[in-house]
Amino acid sequence: MLGYLTVLLSCQLAGELAVAATGLPVPGPVCGMALLFVCLLIFGLPDDLAKIGEMLLSNLSLLFVPAGVGVMLHARLMAQDWLPIAAALIVSTMATVAVTALMMKLFGPRDAEADDSGPDL
Amino acid sequence: MRDLRDVWVYLAASPLLHLTLTLAAYQAGFWLYRRGGLNPLLNPVLGAVILIVALLVATGTSYQTYFEGAQFVHFLLGPTTVALAIPLYRQFQVVRRSFAAILASVLAGAATATASAVGIAWALGASRETVVSIAPKSVTAPVAMGISEQLGGLPSLTAVMVILTGIIGAMLGPTLLNVLGVRSWAARGLAIGTASHGIGTARALQVNEVAGAFSGLAMGLNALATALLLPLLWRLLS
Repeated sequence: MLGYLTVLLSCQLAGELAVAATGLPVPGPVCGMALLFVCLLIFGLPDDLAKIGEMLLSNLSLLFVPAGVGVMLHARLMAQDWLPIAAALIVSTMATVAVTALMMKLFGPRDAEADDSGPDL
Repeated sequence: MRDLRDVWVYLAASPLLHLTLTLAAYQAGFWLYRRGGLNPLLNPVLGAVILIVALLVATGTSYQTYFEGAQFVHFLLGPTTVALAIPLYRQFQVVRRSFAAILASVLAGAATATASAVGIAWALGASRETVVSIAPKSVTAPVAMGISEQLGGLPSLTAVMVILTGIIGAMLGPTLLNVLGVRSWAARGLAIGTASHGIGTARALQVNEVAGAFSGLAMGLNALATALLLPLLWRLLS
């Protein structure tokens, strides 16, 4: 387990270094994700790596809480511009969901079947 | 009484208190979310943030003090983003078959996200710093903050817009997709990931692995596309 945690951190570190060296406009961890993906294609996916990945990913939403609390830093600006902010965020996010989904529905594979058993995503 | 106050002073200064608070508040939020049958409106991030902000304001604690404890949780975002390669690898066959459609959909979504956010905020009279800071709102936080800085926005305000966008997409996106009759997990995941990055991906992973893989992929592609194209377009337009 510890070995595979080291693998994840090494990929991130390599990603950070690659971004620093080349000035790529993506963050280190996203570059590390691409690197790990290539490694998985070459070596396959070991069970223990799958386990530790699952543990981290199943708690992904927790990791956004500290940044989310940062909302308190901008309380004044948010209060002053609340209407344009709320309208822009809600309408634009919904438009993005709709455009992306409809494009994919139009041009994506026909056979991607839906499973109605779970809760709605 | 004197002793109790000493204990409080000690605790408030150590990272332990706010680290524990972060985990406890999230679990309270997640408990509610589970009790509600994973109803997207009971988003656990939103619940935890409200609870923590209320407690920090009530005790007069600054965000800096809070973050000294919470940074350990925040740090795990890096390795967890790397781990998104795992669901992507598992769904590689499906992704490969429809890569052109994926690319076109994410690009269209990324353009919609930026243009409509800037247009609406500007039309409703938001201040210049708000308009600039809101432009990369659908992009994952570290990239969005970098873009915002390049355009002359406030990176920390952008971070807040990004988190709020994530929560809104995760809360309202599922209903919209139902209304639009989009049932394919691939299309649903791609839409949620393009619009609301990691928070949408977290929601997608809780519901379906295919949706989670497409959402994580969309998040990465959107970050790449917006980071490459937005600063260029911005310079041309202004």
